[in-house]
This record gives sequence, C-alpha cells and structure tokens, in this order.
Amino acid sequence: MIYLGIDTSNSPLTVALMRDESVLIEETTNLKINHSLTAMPAVEEMMKKAKISPADLTHIAAASGPGSYTGVRIGLTIAKTLAWSLKIPLHTVSSLKVLAANGRYFEGHICPIMDARRGTVFTGLYNGSDLSTVIEDQHSDLNEFLIRVKEQNKSVLFTGIDVAIHEEAIREVLGEAAFFSGPQDRLPRASNLIVLAKEEKAQDIHHAVPEYQRITEAEANYLKSQEGKKL
Amino acid sequence: MNKDIYVLGIETSCDETAASVVKNGTEIISNVVASQIESHKRFGGVVPEIASRHHVEQITIVIEEALAQANLEPKQLSAVAVTEGPGLVGALLVGVNAAKAFAFAHQLPIVGVHHIAGHIYANRLEQEMEFPLLALVISGGHTELVYMKEHGDFEVIGETRDDAAGEAYDKVARTLNLPYPGGPHIDRLAHESDGAVEFPRVWLEEGSYDFSFSGLKSSVLNYMHNAAQRGETVPPEHVAAGFQNSVVEVVTAKTLRAATQYKVKQVIAAGGVAANKGLRTSLTDTFKEKGLPFYIPSLKLCTDNAAMIAAAGTVMFEKGHRGTMTMNGRPGMAMASWN
Ligand SMILES: [Zn+2]
Repeated sequence: MIYLGIDTSNSPLTVALMRDESVLIEETTNLKINHSLTAMPAVEEMMKKAKISPADLTHIAAASGPGSYTGVRIGLTIAKTLAWSLKIPLHTVSSLKVLAANGRYFEGHICPIMDARRGTVFTGLYNGSDLSTVIEDQHSDLNEFLIRVKEQNKSVLFTGIDVAIHEEAIREVLGEAAFFSGPQDRLPRASNLIVLAKEEKAQDIHHAVPEYQRITEAEANYLKSQEGKKL
Repeated sequence: MNKDIYVLGIETSCDETAASVVKNGTEIISNVVASQIESHKRFGGVVPEIASRHHVEQITIVIEEALAQANLEPKQLSAVAVTEGPGLVGALLVGVNAAKAFAFAHQLPIVGVHHIAGHIYANRLEQEMEFPLLALVISGGHTELVYMKEHGDFEVIGETRDDAAGEAYDKVARTLNLPYPGGPHIDRLAHESDGAVEFPRVWLEEGSYDFSFSGLKSSVLNYMHNAAQRGETVPPEHVAAGFQNSVVEVVTAKTLRAATQYKVKQVIAAGGVAANKGLRTSLTDTFKEKGLPFYIPSLKLCTDNAAMIAAAGTVMFEKGHRGTMTMNGRPGMAMASWN
C-alpha cells in the first residue's frame, strides 16, 4: 500500500508518502507561497525522490477543509483528480483534525484554531487520547467557542499557526487550563493526515467537496434579503 | 503517415465547467459543458466564489464524461490543454490543478492556453483558418480585434477601453429589469421592436480600432432616469433596439475597416456575444456585400467550451509548447504569440 497525502488548506503546504506503516518522506513548508504554483511540483519532486511513480500509488489522502477557500480547493482538486485518474480510493480528513493530531496523547482536549477574521475562527474540539470529536468542526465566534470549551472542565491544548494571534484571548477565558503547542507542532503534517485517512471510508470521488464550514458572502446576503419574504 | 493527435481540453475560467476531446485540432470528438447559469441567476451575475465551488463539484465528472463520449483511454491522448487565463482566479485554479494532476497521473504533456486564443480557434472546428485573418472576439469579458498573420501569431489591434460589450449588455438588461444573463433578452426585444431610441455611437479618435461601451451604457441609464422623472413610460424594446443598434453599428464598422486595411483573407467572430442575432446579421450582410469570407462558429462553440481550448492547445502542442507542474492560473494573462 502506498499512500500519498496532501494538505493545502491554509498557508502551510504539507505532502507525504507512506508505504504500509512507514513514512517514506514528508515535506512541510510554511512560506506563504501560492499552493497552485507549489503543490503539484512538491508532489512530483517527492515522488521522484522516493522513486515512486503515479501508477504505484494505491490511496490518496486529502484534507477536506475548513481553511482558506482557495487553499482547500487546490488540495482537494488535485487529490480527487489524481484518485479518479489512477482509479484508486480517496480518503479525506478534516483539516482541523489533521492539526489536532499534532497534540495526540495530550491528556485532555485538543483545540485546533484557524483564524477566520473579525474575531471568528474555524475550530473544533478533539479528545487527546484518540482524536475522537468532542465538539464538531465549525465556524464560530472565538469567545463563544472558548466558553463551550471551558464548560468541558479539561485541560486544553491549542494548536495551529493562528494560535499565536489568539493566545491572549484564550488565556483570558481558560486561564491555567490552556496549553499551547510549540512552533514545531503548529503546522499540519501530511503523515498525520495519512494515518487518520486510513481510518476513514473511501469517498465517492466525483462528489468529494470541501467542508467549507461557511456559506459564501453572496449567499448570506441573499438569504438575508429573502427573510420575511416567505409566507 | 502522421499519427492522429487527440487533445483533452479543460476550461473553467468563468461559470462553465467544460472538458472536450478534439482530434487533430479540427474535429470535435466530445464536448461536455456543465453550465452554472442557474445557480448565479438569483445573484444577477456570476459570483466568483460560488463559481469556484461548482467547478470542484463538476470537474472530474465532466472530464470523465468527455473521455467516455470520445471512447478514449487517457493513454491514447497526446496532451492535455487547459485554460491558463485570463478569467476568475479561483475558477481558473480548479481547472489548472485538475489538468496538472490528470497529466501527472498519466504522464502526459500539458499546455496552458489563453482563453481568447481558444475563442478564436473555436472557428477551426468548423472552418479551416486562412491567413492573414481578422478575429472579432466579443463576449461577456472581452471585446477585441485580433490580427493573425499565421497560426499562433496574435496582434491585438483594438480592444475595449472600459466595459466589454457583454458587460454593457448585462448592465442595460438589468436597468430594463430583464433576467440574467441579459444579452439574449435585449437581442430578442430589439428584434421584436417597431422603433428605436437614438443613442450615441462611440467612435473614439479617428483610425482607432478600440471600443468603449461605458459611455453608451451611461446614456441609456440617463435616458431611463430622465424618463422616469418625467413620469413617462418608455417601451423597453425601443431602448433595447436603440442600444443594440449603437453597439452593432460601431462593432461592424470597425471590424470592416480593420479587415480592409489589413487586407485579410478571412474574418471570423468569436465569443458569446457573437451569438447575438442582431450582430450576426449585420456582420454577415456587410461582409457578404464586400465579398470577404466571414465565419461565426455555431452557438455552442461561441459560448465558453473546452473544445476551443483543445483546438488551440493542439496547435501549441504541435509548435512544441509544454507547460510544467508549476503552471498557475493567470487571471490577467496577456495574449502572446506562440513562436
Ligand atoms: Zn469566454
């Protein structure tokens, strides 16, 4: 079994190859370079180094979002097109769960954070022991979410590159219960993605779409304009 | 004997997700288009983020359908051609990355195609090109006169300085409360009308092949506004006819003058607005009178499609052009010749 993993859902880019239970290669960059430019070359380079040809791949793993709309789309478009072209299964994993995996074995809960502007975040809450879901992935006001996290009465490890922006706000709500992963554990890693993907059922490739966790502004405005128009 | 060249084309620059297989750059083997018009209608225009979302939902389905209809295995393809630009950035990215992934999976060469070159080469799927030729590209996003000495040689001799013709049509249609997309409705109203409001013709400075439609659009809006203030009701068909007359007269005259000055052997029209009945008739009649060969592709090849991208991509491929895995969507891509 040879797994290719790809996550471009936020500014970091991470790709990896696993053969059965061993990680062959993993590359993670955080250079804020356009993924459309770099994702396929990263895949191509990595496979060349590992001497694996496209036809050798047996599974594709991709992060399904949330994150930057464009970023999520690039990774998922590449993943679904590769899987469909090579006639191999596609497995997707929440981009937040991939981040949460950085804190696996933490005694308590893990809270991955992606900044979504105007005091809002993409986030969710996971169990440190097995990465099971405690609170579903969502787009939420940061403070409202932190209050729900606090209600769980557990130590919480915060991870993700945007944690730095919100550290103060998090400490304010959670105080001593808040822990923060170090800079080396804030980037998504495609090997984590692959390991998680192995537990996921294969997707219907044609209908695999990003989990944006948020409707578009145009749709939100449209819905607002329709309010009260209904009988 | 030369081997036949089969190219898979992929186009996602705006609101159509399209894939097609073309043989030798001239023969359509399959041509699949998933249109998003219905989902953008309620917003009165294309919403880029929604367009990108739809492209992701459709892309592999459309490519699969194009290959299935062509009854071809990927290994029988010579290359993959994809619209690299111009267009909506998020929309382009889906097609470009799908094309790269597909090409990589099957170890096929990839070619990045300029969308307007694609529109021009749509003609070649129905009528062989004869050089030198003049192409009028007129669509929702473009109004350009392109002079071609030979295959892949593009000289833009005139372009719009503000709105594209299609944009002006959409804005005027909105003022007349016509549903999106407005172009076909204006065309129909103009056709049925028994009169026409007189709107100005914008010629710009003498000898210029450039276009300007925002002034015309403004005079239509002013006209409607003034009529409303006076409490008059204006027959919308008179406005539609007046607006269309102005566009058609200027576009026809400039195209004819350029064709004459550049002594071309063939004139072709391309792009969605080329499907406009008023414009088609005026151009056809004018060039017939002049005895100059004039062609417009059939409707399904005027609007965005991937066959045109495959057609242009085939010629680029034959000229030795190859893209790499670093290819990116280029929203503002300029038209360059394929030397
Ligand atoms: Zn077009």
